[in-house]
Parts: sequence; structure tokens; C-alpha cells
Amino acid sequence: MTASHTRPDAEARPSGARARAALRRVARRQWLPNQPLVRHLILFVVGAGLFYVLTVSVGAYNDYQIGEIAVYAIVLGGLSVLTGLNGQFSLGHGAFMIIGAYTLALLQLHADVGLVGELVIAAVIAAAAGAVVGVPAARLSPPYLAGVTLMLALGLPQLSAQYGSVFGGEQGLTTTPPAAPGTLSPERWLAWIQLFCALVVLVLLANLVRSRFGRAFRAVRDDDVAAAVSGIHVARTKVLAFTVSAGCAGLGGALLVLSTGVVNVGEFPLSLSIALLAAMVFGGAGSLVGVWWGAVALVYMPTWSTSLSQHLSLGTSAAAYLSDAFFGVVLIIAMLVSPAGVQGGVRRIGQLLWRTVAGPALESAPNGLAARDGTPSGVAGGGVATDRMNQETKERSRS
Amino acid sequence: MGLFVDILLSGVAQGMVFAAIALALGLVSRATGIVNFAQGAMGMFTTFIAFSLLSDGVGYWPAFVAALALGAVLGAAVERTLIRPLQGKPALNPVIVTIGLLIVLEGAAGSIWGNVARGFPAAFSQRGLVIGRTRVAFSHFDVFLVCAVVVLVVAIVALFRWTNLGLRMRAAAFSPEVSRLLGVRVGRLFTLAWALACAAGSLAGLLVAPLSSFSPYFMDLNLVYGFTAAVLGGLLSPVGALVGGLVTGLAIALVGGYVGPDLQPIAALALLLLVLMVRPQGLFGTTKVRRV
Repeated sequence: MTASHTRPDAEARPSGARARAALRRVARRQWLPNQPLVRHLILFVVGAGLFYVLTVSVGAYNDYQIGEIAVYAIVLGGLSVLTGLNGQFSLGHGAFMIIGAYTLALLQLHADVGLVGELVIAAVIAAAAGAVVGVPAARLSPPYLAGVTLMLALGLPQLSAQYGSVFGGEQGLTTTPPAAPGTLSPERWLAWIQLFCALVVLVLLANLVRSRFGRAFRAVRDDDVAAAVSGIHVARTKVLAFTVSAGCAGLGGALLVLSTGVVNVGEFPLSLSIALLAAMVFGGAGSLVGVWWGAVALVYMPTWSTSLSQHLSLGTSAAAYLSDAFFGVVLIIAMLVSPAGVQGGVRRIGQLLWRTVAGPALESAPNGLAARDGTPSGVAGGGVATDRMNQETKERSRS
Repeated sequence: MGLFVDILLSGVAQGMVFAAIALALGLVSRATGIVNFAQGAMGMFTTFIAFSLLSDGVGYWPAFVAALALGAVLGAAVERTLIRPLQGKPALNPVIVTIGLLIVLEGAAGSIWGNVARGFPAAFSQRGLVIGRTRVAFSHFDVFLVCAVVVLVVAIVALFRWTNLGLRMRAAAFSPEVSRLLGVRVGRLFTLAWALACAAGSLAGLLVAPLSSFSPYFMDLNLVYGFTAAVLGGLLSPVGALVGGLVTGLAIALVGGYVGPDLQPIAALALLLLVLMVRPQGLFGTTKVRRV
């Protein structure tokens, strides 16, 4: 999307038109520089500032939850790129979190590589596992891929029981959180580390999405044969997407068990893997802003469902199931009503607002706001204006 | 030798359950072209309803029939309300709906009945039969289980091969548009396929519940083994489902008996990947040509 042909010559116009033109620039996010790296770094700094203010203004218990949100944002970011941009989908991301978590715990037990080393190795090992799963996955159509990853999420946890001497069996292994510098509380320090990692990962993912690889991801999602004809190595692209996604999940798993202090497979049931998928769809598949909505839902849903079940006097055992059931309902409703998720809704409201404020001038802008963001209309179906155009071309060539 | 025979026999019994699930998955896949990941959870839910009826003093057979009937109703309702509106959308969307339904049903069962492992009664004695002078790991209940699934498979094959209704169902699955033009009520037949599939899923739940620890999650693993069996058998053929179920059951039993029960899911995953890599259309499937 080049902006050159729509940028108006502001000097030559009356003030009303100038104001509208300014609004249009804001609406099309032209207040941010055009280079993806610079744009994402600015968002990174803004995000870091916001989170700093957020953490210093809330209590220690919330530090834990904010850290958890950041962790899930990392995992969901990876999943979102995999599903929303590459059209593959995984019910097994809990398994990759387990791999990252156990890698971190084992490194803490047996090796001394420092926190950064532990996190990097955990992400790399999980990414390698993702590549191993991704190679056969690249050949599978979505229902089979769902089945294979579902089996992974069910089967991998049982390895810890089989090899109890290494993985600690039912009890699992313990982890030690990093020591905080100065007078800082360990919870806040950990939350900052987790937030920092989340922002770094999201910036990296955002750059990846805007790069040659990101375009290849989308091309493969929309039509693998057309992508192959255009010179994209389809299998390699799919494996790359799976590897990146699994690496994010592994890093997330490693960061998560730093706060819980213990790793055992009970923390990563099948319902977590499905809840991850639901939270990703809830936030908006393919949207890296949307992952924050999903992460907040993942972290706060158990709390909300506890209070809801108390409110309805359902008994304590029902609370745990309510949040699972909530994510199931989210998946169903999202598919039936709004596959673009919360972020898609937010974007549509924003679009409507700008249209009323800035008047019909915006209508003439090519493709409106959605043009810059890869918002798919199905979970993995093309929905961006450009994709829609491709779709039409495809339809024509078919008939 | 005794151990080996016992392992094989328990594999046959388990394999029959997987065959029933594979058959259910195949029925749905044939009609609406999706894999129903909620199949296990739906069977779990109706089995829990049967459990409630049994606890209220209803006899075994009325509860059994009620669970099958409820399974059919549940299947039809899901097809009408959740799957039908998604026709024509990307194929991934209904699959995700079934995954959502999976955790909704498990959550509902958990909050109604609680997550405690219980015992589910069997229709017949679960003590091993005595053949000659040795007691083998195959009980009266296992005999019933095998017979029930074989009858199910034969009934489905007969339905598709020799009845008018089965012919219409095949036509509807083969080409919905043409069938509609010829006066076949395609929508109704899809609903019927879902109802049949979910009744079969309920049967699998009722049969496997006495063999496993009966909790809201007891069908999770059975579903993935059933999925393996379905892929192995080619997903669309009832006989393929039976053979796929047997092979999966035997493989699972052998791994469980000689290596360790905790490795069973990973072994099934390896088997599934092997089939998908070497013969993606399954042992009994035919290659489908995809045009772009």
C-alpha cells in the first residue's frame, strides 16, 4: 500500500479539507513512520512505558498476573502467526510449552547458563521440536493436522510419567525465579522480564509478518498451489511458520514456570491447548494486537468463573469447568458470528468512528483502514482487501 | 505365551471400541466433510446421562437404549444448529466449532457430575472366560462388546449398500447439488448421518466406560485412537474402520503390554504419522484428486 497517490497537497486546500486530510493521515496510521522496524520499535517503547506505569501502579499480586498475561501474549503471538497468517493450526501448543518449561527446569538443575541462556535454549529446543512436528504437518490438511497436534498434546505429557527419573514424574521439577536487583520485589522483577520478552517477541513477529517470509506465509495460506507457482517453497514456508510458532510457545512455557516455581504436566492439560486456540481466535487470528485481549481472557477467566459460580452458588468444583466451557463457547460463537475476534470488532468500530468524523472523504481511500493489517475474515481464510482481490482472480481463473 | 495372548485379546476388545469411534468419524466426514473432534465428548456426555439413569434405579438396558437415542438427538441438534450455518465457509471453521464443543461438553459434564473417576457397570461379567483350563483376558462383556460393534458395522454397511435410504445418503454425500435437483432432501440426510454417527459414538462410550476410569475426560484418548483407526482405515469405509480399529487396538495393546502404558499415545501418534506419510488415503481409501 503506497500512500503517495492519496496524500493531498494540504497548502492548496481550504481548512476543512486540510483537517479532513489530517484525520485521514491519522486514520491510515501515517503518523507512524513507514519503515516497519522503526514503526515497531516506536510501538515497543510506547508499550514498555505503558507497562512500566501499569506495574508500578498496581500491587504485588497483580504483578504476577501481569507477568502471566505477558507470557500468554508470547504464546498467542506465535499461534496467531501460525493460524492467522499461515493457515495451519495447532491443538498442541500446550505440548511446546511443556517442552520449553522442562528445558528450563532441567537447565536450572544440571547446567549453569544464566537466565538469558536458559530462555534462549528453551525457545530453541521447542522450536526444534516444532520443526520436527512441522515437517509431517506441512503435508497434512487442517483436520489431520488438528488430529496430529491433538495427539501430541495428549501424548507428550505422559512421557514425564514414563521417564520419571528425568522429569520428576507427577510432582515434576522445581524452578527458581531470577534474583531481583536492589530493593525491587522478585515478583515485579519477574513481571518486567516477562513483559520485556513479550514486547521483544511481538516486535520480532511484527517484523517477520511484514517481511518476505510473512508475505510467503500469507501466500501459502491463501492458495498453496498459486504460491508454489510464484516460486515460494510451500513446505519450507509451512515448516518455518511452525518452527517460529513452537519457539514462541516454548519461550512462553519457560517464562511461565519461572513464576509458578514448579513444572509438572498437570499445569498443561489438553484444555489449555484448546483454550490457547480459543483465546487466539477471541483476540483475532493473525492480529498481534489482538493477542493481548486473548491473554487477558486466559489469565482472568478462571478468576471470573470462580466469582460467577459463587454468584450462582454452583459449588467450587464447577468453577474450574466454567472457564473451560467459556473458551469452548468463545470458539463456537466466534466461528458462527465474528471470526475476526475482538480486535476485528475494535477495528470495525474505529473505522465507523473515523467515517462519521472524517466524512465520506475516507471512503475514497483505497480499502479503508484494513488495508495495512492482515485481518483474515475466516480464521485462516483471506479477508484483507488485497486477499479478496486475489480470491476474485482465483475464482475467475477457475471458471 | 499366555501374556502375549492376553495382550492380543485385550487389544481386540479395545480395537472394537476404536472401530466404533472411527465409524462415527467416518459417517460425519462422509456427509459433511469434516472431522468431528467432539465425537468422543458427545459419547462421554450421553454415557454420563446413562450413568445418572442407572444411579436413579433405571435398569441397564433402558439406560443403554436411552443413551443411544440421546446420542442421536444430540448429533442431529449439533448438525442443525452449529454445523449447518457454517456451510460454504472455510473448512476449518466447523472443525474449530467441534473443538469448542469438545471442551464445552467436558466442562458441562465436569460441573454437573464432578471430576471423580467412577466405575461404570458392565452388562455382563467382566471376569475372564475359562477356555480349557486357563482363564484368558476376555470376558463375557468383551464378547458382547465385539458382537455389538460388529453388528453396528454390518448394519451400517447394509444400510448403505442395500437400502434406498442408504443410496440417497451416498448420493447426497457424493454430489449434494445434483442430489438436490433429483429431489433428495440433502439437509435431512446430513442430519441423519450426524444422528447415526453420534449414536455410534454413544455406543462406544457405553462399551468403553466399564474398561476405563470413568471421568469427563475418559473419551479423550479413545477419540485420538479412534481418529488413528479412522485414518488407517481410510476414513470413509465402514469395513476400513473395523480393520483400522483392530490394527490400532492391537498396536496400542502391544505397546502397553511390552513397553509401558504411558507411551501408548505417542505410539499411536507415530502410527498415525506413518500412515499419513506412507499412505495418506488409508488402507482402504481411494486417492482423491484435488483440483485448483
